Amino acid sequence: MITFDGVGHRFGDRTVLRGIDLDLRERFVGVVGANGSGKSTLARCVNGLVRPTSGRVVVDGLDVGRQTARVRRRVGFVFPDPAAQIVMPTPAEDVAFSLRRAGLSRSQTTARVEETLERFGLAGHADHPAGLLSSGQRQLLALASILVTEPDVLVCDEPTTLLDLRHTRRVAALLHGLPQQVLMVTHDLELLGGLERVIVVDEGRVVADGDGPAGVATYRALMEADAC
Amino acid sequence: MLTSLYVPGHSWLHRAPVGGKVLGLLVATTLLLAWRDPAAPALGAVVVAAVHLGAGLGVRRLLAQVWALRWVVAVLAVLQWWAAGPREAVVVVGGLLVAILAAGVVTATTRIEAMMDAVVGALGPLRRVGVDPDRVALALGLTIRTVPALTGIAREVADARAARGMGRSPRALLVPLVVRAVRHADAVGDALVARGVDDGPGE
Repeated sequence: MITFDGVGHRFGDRTVLRGIDLDLRERFVGVVGANGSGKSTLARCVNGLVRPTSGRVVVDGLDVGRQTARVRRRVGFVFPDPAAQIVMPTPAEDVAFSLRRAGLSRSQTTARVEETLERFGLAGHADHPAGLLSSGQRQLLALASILVTEPDVLVCDEPTTLLDLRHTRRVAALLHGLPQQVLMVTHDLELLGGLERVIVVDEGRVVADGDGPAGVATYRALMEADAC
Repeated sequence: MLTSLYVPGHSWLHRAPVGGKVLGLLVATTLLLAWRDPAAPALGAVVVAAVHLGAGLGVRRLLAQVWALRWVVAVLAVLQWWAAGPREAVVVVGGLLVAILAAGVVTATTRIEAMMDAVVGALGPLRRVGVDPDRVALALGLTIRTVPALTGIAREVADARAARGMGRSPRALLVPLVVRAVRHADAVGDALVARGVDDGPGE
């Protein structure tokens, strides 16, 4: 469960979030909004990458501002650009990197890595240079490296922005099949339509909070009103 | 690319333990530098060529490596000759050339993963004085990972420059390259923080 309690944030004298109060209990929550609306900042508050200038965020009873390290161990975070979140030269090493503190033996680590790459359809690429993977495969690897640590919550900031339709659907299906609570920021209306809860952010505020179709309708109306 | 220096193979040198290869390289280069006689690089060259060929790396690769070093060798040889005489030039430049070729043989027959494991293993005893071997491995891994990432950025920036019709402007290449490299570093930093790299040991 993720709670925003009067959260506001400023970068210098630009206010990017104001008066955010949210109680997120649903298993899959979508966040949508214009470029620069503050939705990424909102997502980054959940694991302390951004520390709000006012209010607080609580994840499963842990205060993100005070118990940041414990929160980060529970919250996995997926970024828009998979190239930047793969830190090791090959998929097998990148997944193993996530397990370095799990206290596993070398053979246990190898087994977990193999099983994880298999699950994400990357078994054939275990030892290939990560730079040679397609964007879709890289995003699957980023997900694999985060989910192998079994976090309780997964925050995804535009996880499918750089992906083709096939990989977008594959990532979406994967996210829907997870036992974890997922908070996903996206512009992909197809992904939002089926969700039970969608938050619409505009100019740093929550302007709509309802089911998927309602959220998509509000977002469309907002974008089309601005276009005139 | 990541594996451009590694030459896949199954020779005795490929199968030899990494620690042994690195130690051998260390001993050989030390001897080479300590024995200040033109015989040292001559003998060294014979040994390196024999090991190179023995590991199945081929004559062509050996000659290509020497050829790649031609300018360095030429400049250093002239400088050494002028500053210390012909004998010293042969000792220093010959020694350097042999040492670089020897290091090249180790690189060509050792996978990066194996090298990283060896580094982490060797640094293990230094844990007590505050060295974190995992950090060193992370730095190595990130370095190797960053080379293709930066090459990719450079290619995109060059394409963007061409698309805007500024084919020769160095500014249109360097400014966006630096800006994007810094942004990439920022994004990698965020990803590392999100993956708990700065959390310290588990609770």
